[in-house]
Amino acid sequence: MNHQSCVTIQREWDIVAARQLGRDIARKTGFGTVDQARIATAISEIARNIYLYARDGKVCFDVIENMDQKGMSILATDSGPGIDDVGQVMEDGFSTSGGLGAGLPGVKRLMDEFDIKSEIGKGTEIKAIKWVR
Amino acid sequence: MDGKFKEIVLNNSETIVDKWMNEIDFVKDGNYTKNIPEELFESTNREFVNVIFTSIKNQGTRNHLETFSEKLINLGWPLSYITDGLQVFRRVTIDFILSQSEKVDSDYTSKLLKSVDFWIEPIIRQLVNEYSGSWENIVSLQRVALQELSAPLIPVMENITIMPLIGTIDTERAKLIMENLLDGVIKHNSEVVLIDITGVPVVDTMVAHHIIQAAEAVRLVGATCILVGIRPEIAQTIVNLGIDLDRFPTKSSLRKGFGTALEITNRKIVDIDSKVESMENILDSLNKE
Repeated sequence: MNHQSCVTIQREWDIVAARQLGRDIARKTGFGTVDQARIATAISEIARNIYLYARDGKVCFDVIENMDQKGMSILATDSGPGIDDVGQVMEDGFSTSGGLGAGLPGVKRLMDEFDIKSEIGKGTEIKAIKWVR
Repeated sequence: MDGKFKEIVLNNSETIVDKWMNEIDFVKDGNYTKNIPEELFESTNREFVNVIFTSIKNQGTRNHLETFSEKLINLGWPLSYITDGLQVFRRVTIDFILSQSEKVDSDYTSKLLKSVDFWIEPIIRQLVNEYSGSWENIVSLQRVALQELSAPLIPVMENITIMPLIGTIDTERAKLIMENLLDGVIKHNSEVVLIDITGVPVVDTMVAHHIIQAAEAVRLVGATCILVGIRPEIAQTIVNLGIDLDRFPTKSSLRKGFGTALEITNRKIVDIDSKVESMENILDSLNKE
């Protein structure tokens, strides 16, 4: 169970594949239904961002097992145009595509840990972790 | 040269078939065909090898190939059976012809390889095309079937319409939902539309955005939209995402939503039994006195 599994995101239906795989792993890791829904939604948001803005990227899942806690990490990488102002996209209501602008800040609230790195012209990397309670 | 090779193969078809059958049995172990009954595997192999030989004998006729591939597709044989089988045939044939030839140099070998490839390639092409054609056909049929299911609108009562949504909502479907919803509101003259999302597995910002837009459009044509079937975990993710669904009423179940819809249209559900019961109660209490 400890090996990484990835889904490449190129088409809209890849988003569904990613979140189904993610939900599956979350269930096996021992998350409850509410947290499974949270994780699936977070994956959906992240994967949709890749589909909408970068066109090509991948989402990887990993099960983390420490001494005292167990969790699941989502790592999304793309080689898209990058984000100009990371602070701005983390604000509620900011969107360049006419959406709700709740995606990334939402993911941060859905997950326990959240980290975003982006470089213009190179791509974006998002890492998020949820711990089993 | 090609004619000579062909002659060798056709004259020694028995030996080649035997070798092929042995090899293919070997391939069978430890892969997809393990669960196929021995007899069926045997008879299909016979037929397969016959098809190959007929195809080599009279280049150009495709009828027997077509019937054979149709049969395999209908029975659900994997495509790898065919590619493996032809690969093995190629190997066996080349081995056999080489063992039959006295003088073997690189020119000879290259001619032999060319000839055998020339026999095998059209068969592979044809069979793979038949297979992928049948898959494409299935996919397109299913797409049509899905589209028919994607955004149904049910007028349950005068002025009240329900749209039950099941499964993933993508951009294409979201458009259909919006169109069907507005068409339906006008056509059925609805005052209230209930959108039921019990069957939607994940509500992310994109889905929420489309629902909000649809509800807003419904409001513009003068009807009310009620979002029902919000499961507890969906409610929590919506709150976490910070999505604002204040502009239209939401309910946990279709039943509650239907009640609200009746209220909006100035109606209510009256239990017929309850009247009878209350009469009985009165009679009972009279009797007790």
